[in-house]
Amino acid sequence: MSDVATLEPNQAAPALTAKDFVTDQEVRWCPGCGDYSILKQVQTILPQTGIPRENIVIISGIGCSSRFPYYMNTFGMHSIHGRATAVASGLKASRPDLSVWVVTGDGDGLSIGGNHTIHLLRRNFDINILLFNNQIYGLTKGQYSPTSEEHKITKSTPMGSIDHPFNPMALAMGADATFLARSMDRDPKHLQAMLLRSNAHKGASFLEIYQNCNIFNDGAFEIYTEKSSKPEEVIFLEHGLPLIFGTNKDKGIKLDGYKPEIVNLADGHSASDLWIHDEKDFFKAQILSRMFDNPAIAGHFPRPFGVFYETERSTYEDQMKMQIDEALAKKGKGDLNALLQGKETWVIE
Amino acid sequence: MSVSTKILEEVVIKFAGDSGDGMQLTGSQFTNNTALIGNDLSTFPDFPAEIRAPQGTVPGVSGYQLHFSSKRIFTPGDNCDVLVAMNAAALKVNLKSLKQGGIIIANIEGFDSKNLRLANYPEGVNPLEDGSLNGYELYKVDVTKMTREALKEIQMGVKEKDRAKNMFVLGFVYWLYNRDLNSTIAFLNDKFGKKKDILDSNLKALQAGYNYGDTVEAFTARYIVEKAKLPAGSYRSITGNVACTYGLIAAAQKSGLPLFLGSYPITPASDILHELARYKNFGIRTFQAEDEIAAITSAIGASYGGSLGVTTTSGPGMALKAEAMGLAVMLEIPLIIINIQRGGPSTGLPTKTEQSDLLQAYYGRNGECPMPIISASMPSDCFDAVYEAARISVQHMTPVIFLSDGYIANGAEPWRYPQEADLAPIEVSFQAARAETDPKFMPYKRDEKLARPWAIPGTAGLEHRIGGLEKEDITGNISYEAENHEHMVKTRQAKVDMIANYIPLQTLDSGPDSGDILVLGWGSTYGAIKSAVLDLQAQGKSVAHAHLRYLRPFPRNLGEMLAKYKKVLIPEINNGQLVKIIRDQFMIDAIPYNKIKGVPITRTELVNVISELL
Repeated sequence: MSDVATLEPNQAAPALTAKDFVTDQEVRWCPGCGDYSILKQVQTILPQTGIPRENIVIISGIGCSSRFPYYMNTFGMHSIHGRATAVASGLKASRPDLSVWVVTGDGDGLSIGGNHTIHLLRRNFDINILLFNNQIYGLTKGQYSPTSEEHKITKSTPMGSIDHPFNPMALAMGADATFLARSMDRDPKHLQAMLLRSNAHKGASFLEIYQNCNIFNDGAFEIYTEKSSKPEEVIFLEHGLPLIFGTNKDKGIKLDGYKPEIVNLADGHSASDLWIHDEKDFFKAQILSRMFDNPAIAGHFPRPFGVFYETERSTYEDQMKMQIDEALAKKGKGDLNALLQGKETWVIE
Repeated sequence: MSVSTKILEEVVIKFAGDSGDGMQLTGSQFTNNTALIGNDLSTFPDFPAEIRAPQGTVPGVSGYQLHFSSKRIFTPGDNCDVLVAMNAAALKVNLKSLKQGGIIIANIEGFDSKNLRLANYPEGVNPLEDGSLNGYELYKVDVTKMTREALKEIQMGVKEKDRAKNMFVLGFVYWLYNRDLNSTIAFLNDKFGKKKDILDSNLKALQAGYNYGDTVEAFTARYIVEKAKLPAGSYRSITGNVACTYGLIAAAQKSGLPLFLGSYPITPASDILHELARYKNFGIRTFQAEDEIAAITSAIGASYGGSLGVTTTSGPGMALKAEAMGLAVMLEIPLIIINIQRGGPSTGLPTKTEQSDLLQAYYGRNGECPMPIISASMPSDCFDAVYEAARISVQHMTPVIFLSDGYIANGAEPWRYPQEADLAPIEVSFQAARAETDPKFMPYKRDEKLARPWAIPGTAGLEHRIGGLEKEDITGNISYEAENHEHMVKTRQAKVDMIANYIPLQTLDSGPDSGDILVLGWGSTYGAIKSAVLDLQAQGKSVAHAHLRYLRPFPRNLGEMLAKYKKVLIPEINNGQLVKIIRDQFMIDAIPYNKIKGVPITRTELVNVISELL
């Protein structure tokens, strides 16, 4: 039995541009939706990856974000609610040669499909998960989601939500994801960088993208995206550099044992006292993932954006292939006649 | 006392004991041995859902029934000639199915006061001693004591030694039926080769059981069942689930497609996962998913990528997969969904057989969602039926449901296995790459079978998007347009209906092509219906038998066939499911016969039912 034939990238083909990834379908997200920016950044970075268009597959579930494949001129499947990660797992297991992307949302990926998300992460398929988090159910017109803040008033929670929200980074960390990053729709450059990093990572990449739903949850992430508040509320993580933030770059995070604290560089603290970000540090990544304070609380930590953690672990599809190769080496190519005959037979004349 | 040798035409033997007594192993070993001497055979393993139900109790009884014969047989037998009872509960459960005058081989230790109490015999009553078994040939054997005696030189605990009791019993039964021990000796060496003590204890117990028959003078006769006159050819023994596995591997080989199984463990389907996982050197990928939904959706992902995608499950798992089946119908890609039916609803009777998921397979999805349904009638038929399911799936670009059930999945019979060259090729092709100058690729443009192209990722120029939303005809773009939706619903139905042009016409299994009664069956009732109908035909009755493999669509001539009989009887192990569909499609007053007891219908009861209708 042969594996499915796959095409080698055609080196002679002219380089692709973002336009080559645009389809003829009318984009039907609400005007002003954060999804437009994410779509544009994905279309922008894909030509830079050098992956032939026909080798890219984008799989989504259900929800506003899951319309994404229709607007990408690649292979794509708009599957069923919550199952994109499982469809993608089967595809990647059987076709390791493909570049497989999952586009999902906070409802699709963390509520109805939460189970498949964590299992994809622990198995470490080389798949890029883009989780558009808008903290609301948009397509069903405004119910709270598993990432909505407590006490949120929505159509299904007139007296306020009593659900405690998920912390997506901590959840992915708990599922042993090998790559975790956070970005936002309104910072194209950062988002492009994070998309490229997700793609470059061999193994499951979990990229949470804060995305504004201007109809049902407008301004949910304003504090992180608006120029006026962003410098004080956002801390951009860069490998090997100290955790510094603030309008005047005058604040930093220092670790007191395992306890992070905000220090003022003007108070005699120097950059060398600060927490130096190390993407490979599993324990510090746990602390970063827990810097998830409600920004309304005084003295809260800024919200980290960037690559929280990256590590190497064998991918599921590689190990699956290795077992097949091992079986072939040990037993030789399967012989159907020998299989059907088995060990014990008799003949009737 | 001399021991005579008697020739018998057929024997039904049941090994019954506590679920920890190793009766399934004993039964399957005796089955292999029986197959190798060339008897026809049919088996019925019957065990509790609990791995170790409370020891010694009635719910904990595990049984393995084997029918073997020198003539053709089609069922595991209605009643037993021989009952091996390892404890009092096993006797209590199975005595009603032992023929009058039948042989009971009872393990004395299993009838001590504790076991009698656990089996709910009244205080002071021991059926081995009170004469209640006078109508049977009763042999009381102290299996436990003799096994321990035989193993006295082996350094292991009493508890471990007692595990070899079943081999003592097997050795004795081998003696009783004039067998040699070689097949089991080879099996034990293979299984326990590296664990010397366990291997020795089993071999010694086996031999001791055999010797016991030779030395003890209680038994006056040994029996021989001669080779059956089966059609000439090479045979092996096979269970339904293994045949199903081989059918899938064969279909993958003959179609040139890599096989991908997404599955979540569930009784009685798990054996297919276990079995397929062993054959990685055929390039097979097995994926034990996190749940039933991931099992089917991962298989959809693999199919989309150009594999032969398969998912295996049983009733409750089918319920969970329903939405994903709808997706596969909408995507119009190949997928094989295997349901090894068991007693329902809900968790129901996990280890008992039932045919109660037919209506679920037909109708159990949202929207107008037709899918072909194929069923298997005997253990070995699982091979051909699943092979056919794969052919239909890849050639007609549709998910296909394959229905088996616990009875044939676990049951064994001789199989005249095919050669690879005998199997019909499964032709399948992927859509070829498209150059920039070629016309635009239309993913929902159909061929003469109404099948759309299988356009797999990695093929240049075929980039396209599919999904669960309604498609525009030909382009596959999203469409909410009214006329288009109706057209697409009708087209998906027509595609499935049209498969009737690509499957064989329905034939009679036996009987006249018109007459008083046609017994119409599907699935695992085959053996019982066949046996009952042949009995009645031998009595000169006008009874015919037709058995359906293709449940959706039905063969083109089925309506015509049904119209030629005064009555159509449909026996099923459910509350009447095929009968509803037949009445609906052919407007005939078909008569149901239903049994919903977790066990197969017997030949005797069917003979009675049919006779009453004549």
